Amino acid sequence: MENLIALLVAAPLLGAAVLLCGGRRLDAVGHWIGTVLAAVSFVIGAVLFADMLGKDAEAREIGQHLFSWIPVEGFQADIAFQLDQLSMTFVLLITGVGTLIHLYSIGYMEHDERRRRFFGYLNLFLAAMLLLVLADNYLLLYVGWEGVGLASYLLIGFWQHKPSAATAAKKAFLVNRVGDMGLSIAIMLMFTTFGTFAFGPVLESAGETSEGKLTAIALMLLLAACGKSAQVPLQSWLGDAMEGPTPVSALIHAATMVTAGVYLIVRSADIFNLAPDAQLVTTVVGAVTLLFGAIVGCAKDDIKKALAGSTMSQIGYMVLAAGLGPIGYVFAIMHLVTHGFFKAGLFLGAGSVMHGMNDEVDMRKYGGLRKYMPVTFVTFGLGYLAIIGFPGLSGFFSKDKIIEAAFAKGGTEGWILGGVALLGAAITAYYMTRVMLMTFFGEERWRSRPTASPDQPDVEPAAEHQGAHAEPHPHESPRSMTIPMIVLAFGSVFAGAFFGIGDRFVHWLEPVTGHKHGHPPVSALTITLSTVAVLVLGAGLAYLHYGRRPVPAVAPRGSLLTRAARRDLLQDDFNHVVLVRGGEHLTRSLVYVDHTLVDGVVNGTAASVGGLSGRLRKLQNGYARSYAVSMFGGAAVLIAATLLMRAV
Amino acid sequence: MSASAVHSLWTMAADPIEKIDAPKIEYGQLSPTLIVIGAAILGILIEAFVPRRSRYYAQVFLSAVALAAAFAAVVGLAAGGYATTKAGIAAMGAIAVDGPALFLQGTILLAGLLGVFTFAERRLDPVAHGNRVDSFAAQAASVPGSDSEKAAVKAGFTTTEVFPLLLFAIGGMLIFPAANDLLTLFIALEVLSLPLYLLCALARRKRLVSQEAAVKYFLLGAFASAFTLFGIALLYGYAGSVSYATIAQVVDGTVQNVTPALADTMGNDALLLVGTAMLVMGLLFKVGAVPFHMWTPDVYQGAPTPVTGFMAAATKVAAFGALLRVLYVVLPGLRWDWRPVMWAVAIVTMLAGAIVAITQTDIKRLLAYSSIAHAGFILAGVIAASPEGVSSVLFYLGAYSFVTIGAFAVVTLVRDAGGEATHLSKWAGLGRRSPLVAAVFAVFLLAFAGIPLTSGFAGKFAVFKAAAEGGAGAIVVIGVISSAIAAFFYIRVIVLMFFSEPRPEGPTVAVPSPLTTTAIAVGVAVTVVLGVAPQYFLDLASQAGVFVR
Repeated sequence: MENLIALLVAAPLLGAAVLLCGGRRLDAVGHWIGTVLAAVSFVIGAVLFADMLGKDAEAREIGQHLFSWIPVEGFQADIAFQLDQLSMTFVLLITGVGTLIHLYSIGYMEHDERRRRFFGYLNLFLAAMLLLVLADNYLLLYVGWEGVGLASYLLIGFWQHKPSAATAAKKAFLVNRVGDMGLSIAIMLMFTTFGTFAFGPVLESAGETSEGKLTAIALMLLLAACGKSAQVPLQSWLGDAMEGPTPVSALIHAATMVTAGVYLIVRSADIFNLAPDAQLVTTVVGAVTLLFGAIVGCAKDDIKKALAGSTMSQIGYMVLAAGLGPIGYVFAIMHLVTHGFFKAGLFLGAGSVMHGMNDEVDMRKYGGLRKYMPVTFVTFGLGYLAIIGFPGLSGFFSKDKIIEAAFAKGGTEGWILGGVALLGAAITAYYMTRVMLMTFFGEERWRSRPTASPDQPDVEPAAEHQGAHAEPHPHESPRSMTIPMIVLAFGSVFAGAFFGIGDRFVHWLEPVTGHKHGHPPVSALTITLSTVAVLVLGAGLAYLHYGRRPVPAVAPRGSLLTRAARRDLLQDDFNHVVLVRGGEHLTRSLVYVDHTLVDGVVNGTAASVGGLSGRLRKLQNGYARSYAVSMFGGAAVLIAATLLMRAV
Repeated sequence: MSASAVHSLWTMAADPIEKIDAPKIEYGQLSPTLIVIGAAILGILIEAFVPRRSRYYAQVFLSAVALAAAFAAVVGLAAGGYATTKAGIAAMGAIAVDGPALFLQGTILLAGLLGVFTFAERRLDPVAHGNRVDSFAAQAASVPGSDSEKAAVKAGFTTTEVFPLLLFAIGGMLIFPAANDLLTLFIALEVLSLPLYLLCALARRKRLVSQEAAVKYFLLGAFASAFTLFGIALLYGYAGSVSYATIAQVVDGTVQNVTPALADTMGNDALLLVGTAMLVMGLLFKVGAVPFHMWTPDVYQGAPTPVTGFMAAATKVAAFGALLRVLYVVLPGLRWDWRPVMWAVAIVTMLAGAIVAITQTDIKRLLAYSSIAHAGFILAGVIAASPEGVSSVLFYLGAYSFVTIGAFAVVTLVRDAGGEATHLSKWAGLGRRSPLVAAVFAVFLLAFAGIPLTSGFAGKFAVFKAAAEGGAGAIVVIGVISSAIAAFFYIRVIVLMFFSEPRPEGPTVAVPSPLTTTAIAVGVAVTVVLGVAPQYFLDLASQAGVFVR
């Protein structure tokens, strides 16, 4: 069985190699090659999963050592895999959702002439992501980490002819770089502290190290997680990443890659457990991000960006849970999986809507689409109910547990974190209801569109081009797109109950992450009821705003907060003013110092040497008598000095 | 010395009762020197008896063969163990046959051989009145610009005496680093100097400058010789002997038997210190160390370029060899006195050479100042006062002499209507007109600058390493700073050659005969080989680094 692990990674890697190197002759079949290889990986994952289920809970971890990567005395790096319950969960999520999204992309990218390349990148992403979660050491994890970053960059900028896409890809790359620095520093710290970076030795000997070092490592890991998972303060790239094709948004920027940060934290649980300060920072990051993303999600009119805000917010929940320690790890991963289902479903639904609406993304130009896209409507609706935590659906089980765990943190912190999580649930209900209502209910705003585009500065150029003249004809998407949506909808509905009832998921993951049952200060029932209450409150408020009143086709000016939220709560402005301007000032000052001080010293030295040279040269006047005097003087000095040396 | 002491010296020497043993001369061990001097005398006979037409060929052949034979003799002696196990003192204590002596003699002979090639070059100057001419005046005795000079040129006279002169100079140079008593040292100094003074005066073009250089060199050289001689006299007064070994023993205090006639002066440290300073001063004059360097730029510039190249290489080798032997064999017991002074000299020499070179506009003067800076670098190795210091200096001298001869040989190629175009501005854009010549010169310049993969780097590294290990860290720092300053003007010439627009009426590059080509090619080859794979030669120098006492 162990030998199958490498095949998990090898299948999509082969696909990427074949598709990217194969050239145009594979154009006709490329998408099928990519999809089949993703499915192969999924099947291998399923086989391994079945095998794992047949074993005792404690004996489920298996590993495979492929070869020694850097065999240097004192620096051993191996290409070796580790498959335990945590990795298995990710493998199934990645390959499962990945395969569905490959399938979906066949329809979605049908008219794109670079479809083969797109599938190559998707396979590359799968391979890198699987490497990330299967690595048995941090260095190999880093390879996967950078690999998914590369794939993400390539796919965000897939429509590179659009300047906005190219810019977004670059932005994602740069912001991620900051986080990657954190990971590399963390790995270096581990190496200097433990002398290795394999999970086993590092995590087992974590207890023998000082808390200060562990806190440093944990904070650096958190920085890495913030970059990859779009957490405050490195969140700014995710919204722009929606420039990529929608299946990419669904797979990479909702279901899998952006959750890598959560994986990293949970995987390093032994380090975080011993660094309470770092855990506190983690919870704060999670809490801030979950509100941040939710608020941004409320104000966006672009359906994908609203969902991106939501993704940020939901990952905030996961990070919050991961920061809570053993009472939260399992729920972080559980929410990660359920979120993978419903958010991927929601994105695929959004893609389906865009597919039927000439790639329009502005929800203010949607409305009343339920009649035209029944399958999309139902699957999207189920995803919606799941994410807001409608009782019985996936999100309900996972999110409720996180809120509970937050309260169980205890003390003032517990109340604050729990309150924030609860508030976040209300806002989630609000913005998701808003998306739902604006898209599928209300009047059909796409019919009676105002004519001129100058009034609509927000409209995307591509949509403008296609949709300004021709009124869209909303229609249901082809089967290859709806089937994945249906499958994911099933997951959205049932996964939570399957995992949550009888603590099935807790028992599954407990051997890896450890679990402690949290004891919230109020009863679990109270919390559940409050969750439902705030859910009703948020959804009701949204209904009052967007269901009862007609939605204006042009966004109103809105309050200060709304306007700030539309600008992603000024994150880009902040980055621009503080980092970009600051960096420019710094470089300008350094250049100034370089020009005046450094060059001044250098040129001054050169000039003074030259001047000295000119003056000494005059001593060489050509007269033998002067030379003789010089020699005589030199001899006198020489003699005097020799005598003096003896005298002293 | 009092008059009575002198008197008693004379009477002792003339004591009729004592028998004078016939001197025992080890001809085999002295064969390199004897071959060269014998060939020089033969060369004079050629001048006297061989018809004018054949003299040139006879002289070139004789010189080359003699030098090659002498080199073979050196190699034979070294192979016979005279550099290591059988090292000893020959000719009644006058001449040492040991590792440093043989290494330096070999270097001098090879430099001399290349010197013969550049002396014999006759293709560079245009043909005058149907005769090929070399770098030397048609008739040295004729006044420049006079009718007799024109007549001599018309008659096709050539000064083939340069070859015996060269051989005599080489003969002196061979003895100089091997001399094992102070009188032999002085005689060698004169034997090597006098022919060089003459050679400096023999330029075919710019004869006035050439003669001025010769006169300056002669005057200052005589001045320095006087110091040397006075220093020798003082040392004799101190030790009662001119033998290196005896002086060293007196310095160490191991010899107690006082010569009665010198009872007043023997063991007087003032004599020792002043005598040492004066003797060393004479040697520093020959190596061109500051403040005894003033002759160098004028003489290097004025002398015929082949002579400059030979002199810059071989004189330096010989003089440093003699300096090493004096400091290591005669005065090791005095090193706490001479080291600080030599420190100062080395530092001033390195800095002054490098700094003044920056503003030079004539390529020969530039190379002259460069040679002064290099003298400073070599002094850093001398100061190390360790076997590593000796071997690093030997290696440096070997590497440096080939670079120098090659570089000056290239200078002879770049010509315009007035002969060699030595002004730097005329070298602008040379790399575009004659890429090969410019590239070769660039290799030499890089070696001078001590850039890795050239012999200059290996040599400088060895010298600085020895100096640092000998506790002269400050010298190394200043040496590196000087190298940085020096790199500026070397690389400026490269920039000038390759990155400047050629001047419209710039110089042309003459096509040399195989003689100069050989000299340049050997120079480049040695420079690169010693730079890329220096280890064998470093080992060789290291084996040869022990003086016989």
